[in-house]
Amino acid sequence: MVDAMSHTDASPQIHARTRMTGIGRVLVIVYAVMALGATGRSFVQIVRRFDEAPLAYSLSATAAAVYIVATLALILAHRRGWYTVAWIAIVFELTGVIVVGALSLLVPALFGHDSVWSYFGMGYVFIPLVLPVFGLWWLRTHPPKGARA
Amino acid sequence: MILWFTIIQIVVACAAGLFCLVLGLAGRRPSDLSVGSVVLVEALLLVQAVVAVIAPVAGNPPTGDLLEYWVYLVGALLLPVGGVLWALLDRTRWSTVVLGVVGFSLAIMLWRMQMIWTVQIA
Repeated sequence: MVDAMSHTDASPQIHARTRMTGIGRVLVIVYAVMALGATGRSFVQIVRRFDEAPLAYSLSATAAAVYIVATLALILAHRRGWYTVAWIAIVFELTGVIVVGALSLLVPALFGHDSVWSYFGMGYVFIPLVLPVFGLWWLRTHPPKGARA
Repeated sequence: MILWFTIIQIVVACAAGLFCLVLGLAGRRPSDLSVGSVVLVEALLLVQAVVAVIAPVAGNPPTGDLLEYWVYLVGALLLPVGGVLWALLDRTRWSTVVLGVVGFSLAIMLWRMQMIWTVQIA
């Protein structure tokens, strides 16, 4: 086991040059699962009952797209351009979950239909609320090489 | 869906998830055992897919939306493939943690699938 550990994370300088390091990989898989879930759900909603709540279901699709972009951007965050994309996507996501979460309580007629973000992501055990905070923390602590320290 | 088979799948998925999570956090890289546990869940899911095709014509129709059900099932079938590919490409302990996350995600998706098939709240 000691041997296994020394092989895994003993060479941070190599990891930093290649792709995502450490816990960031876990972040990516959670984002990927959210992207999968949100895409599948919004696909069903739009095919089955788009006319019931066009606004909420459009938002659902937007959320799904943002999760896909965020997942890709996090994987490629070691490049300067993608790092910025990751910031934009995750800030958008955090804003989305807070605004839509609040609106779903205030105007349930418009936003009460289940989407990833309604009721602050309650249907997804609040992962949508926690995930962007974690994502922003990760981006802050892992700027791309050559940018600010 | 068949309730007892769903329960078996959820138990196996949770066990595989916990197993990989613990191994991963203990610093183990993906092994035959950790990858195998996720492959086992995938095998059960393939059986579930066969069940889902046969059940409606064998007098066990879903009460919910079959389209929604299949979106979940196809998603669930793809997740272990992604996780195992990841584990093969990226030989670090975090890949084992990723396998664990996949296991728990599958458990949640299986639960949702059972709900879609049998219980309608709306």
